[in-house]
Amino acid sequence: MSEPVIHTDKLTKRFGGFVAVDALSLTISGGEIFGFLGANGAGKTTAIRMLTGLLAPTSGKATVAGFDLYSGSEGVKRNIGYMSQRFSLYEDLTVRENIRFFAGIYGLTNQAIKEKSRQLLDSLKLVAVADTRLASLPLGWKQKLAFSVAILHEPKIVFLDEPTGGVDPVTRRRFWDMIYEASKQGLTIFVTTHYMDEAEYCDRLCIMVDGKVAALDRPDAMKRTFGVESMNEVFIQLARSKKTE
Amino acid sequence: MHSFRGFLLKEFYHIFRDRRMAAILFGMPLIQLLLFGFAIRNEIQEVNLGIYDQSHDAVTREITDKFASSGYFVMTQELHSRAEIEHAFAEGSIAEAIVFEPGFATRMIREGRANVQVLTDGSNPNISKIITGYTTSVLQDYRNTALRTAEVGVEAVPLMMFNPELKSVNLFVPGLMALILMLVSALMTSISITREKESGTMEVLLVSSLRPVEIIVGKVVPYFLLAFVNVVTVVALASFVFGVPCRGSVTLLMLESLLFIVTALSLGIFISTITSSQQVAMMISLAGLLLPTILLSGFIFPVASMPLPLRMISNLIPAKWYLIIVRGIMLKGTSFGYIWKETLVLALMATVLMAASIKKFKTRL
Repeated sequence: MSEPVIHTDKLTKRFGGFVAVDALSLTISGGEIFGFLGANGAGKTTAIRMLTGLLAPTSGKATVAGFDLYSGSEGVKRNIGYMSQRFSLYEDLTVRENIRFFAGIYGLTNQAIKEKSRQLLDSLKLVAVADTRLASLPLGWKQKLAFSVAILHEPKIVFLDEPTGGVDPVTRRRFWDMIYEASKQGLTIFVTTHYMDEAEYCDRLCIMVDGKVAALDRPDAMKRTFGVESMNEVFIQLARSKKTE
Repeated sequence: MHSFRGFLLKEFYHIFRDRRMAAILFGMPLIQLLLFGFAIRNEIQEVNLGIYDQSHDAVTREITDKFASSGYFVMTQELHSRAEIEHAFAEGSIAEAIVFEPGFATRMIREGRANVQVLTDGSNPNISKIITGYTTSVLQDYRNTALRTAEVGVEAVPLMMFNPELKSVNLFVPGLMALILMLVSALMTSISITREKESGTMEVLLVSSLRPVEIIVGKVVPYFLLAFVNVVTVVALASFVFGVPCRGSVTLLMLESLLFIVTALSLGIFISTITSSQQVAMMISLAGLLLPTILLSGFIFPVASMPLPLRMISNLIPAKWYLIIVRGIMLKGTSFGYIWKETLVLALMATVLMAASIKKFKTRL
């Protein structure tokens, strides 16, 4: 395994008296597909927002892409990509304009933007609709485009916050093919999801319950530990044990 | 810098591709100016007048002729009794009735005075007041010609300085400028920022290498330019179509307008930092900014005639200060020396709001 790209030490976020993320300690290495699971309100989004610099942690330490979360926020920004559950593209811009805009705000040069736009339109087979406004494209296309745009500036890590919400299983499967492809090229993927079948695709999983890490392991090892057949059952057991406490 | 240019370009795409947005930005100022200019007038041109002449002599006929030829009144009917007057008012066929007492001319000659009763429809007090004013001046005019040789007295000769014809469009244009700038700057900016929050793109912008300041400035610059285009359009239209003068320095007027735009933009940013929904932003802008701008700034209702609490609140409304400035420059030809206090107030408001919203925008991260 290579150098860790994300390292957190007791990262904590409190909102008043409520502890959203409680002493999160993780080490994620380069090229890994890291799944981040949890029920609604378990602290997934809060954690992702801290790691992307959208939210200041209450306490704890973290480095992302080798930069300190507090002092090196510019370096962090340059080396991460982010895709939220709402795809975050502009519906009233065309495909080409979207690519150009996001490439621009991630600091690519004009020359690079042209090059990249052409490559991307080709590889996504979107040449025919390059000048169509996004609003009229199918969800699956937007999702693929959103992912490609998030990694256009060749970041070390990409954060995907429930990237497959509301998408049909076939499109989801294709989306995961893209994720695998990117991971093979050395990109680290940090993904949160609700779908347990997707959890099985990850290299490693972290299951959050009430802001704390309840389990952290490879999917097959996790299933062995809990003595069950599927991730679904692991998840239910964890959720239940929490309730009976 | 390069990414910032792209950001600006994107903002202009948003504005010009959204038909509603473009319509509000460019259509609204025109429509409002034409509406206020043509439709809403304080001056009244044709007052339907009924006369109940119980005397029918040379003097009453002469006075009646004077009314008819004054240009303000239209003789609609001759009335024959008190009951008829009331009926005519109820029906709405007259806006004013004039009653000459019996033996008018005889009394005037013998006693030196005779009575005319002036009745108006008080259900609209503003109109009533204006009509009464017209009537008094016609009667005054008659008295002056009739008694010129006979009597020495004090005569009041009123002149409304800066707007001798009392054109209401002169009054409305400055208010309209304030209203349009408020709408374009504050409402549009707050909506455009909250829209990015709703669609989730704001998070991506914040994660990107754009700095928060660049995001704010990028959001604000297009509306700054468009608002300025609007000011120029309104001033030009007002001058060419309605003959509203700009007696002071046009440069000063434009600079003061830019200051007001900055104040309004800061308000818009501030609104968008306290809410993340377009709906709420729109509600706050409409109820919290537009209504006070119309009602409390002195646009339509004079600040001086408001009760003390409202007068105090009106001080917090940027449009109030902008109105004083614009009326001063356009109608009175005031120079900067007389409006620096109002300018200072606006500048202070802009600074405080800008500082507050930048601070809020940052701490939100």
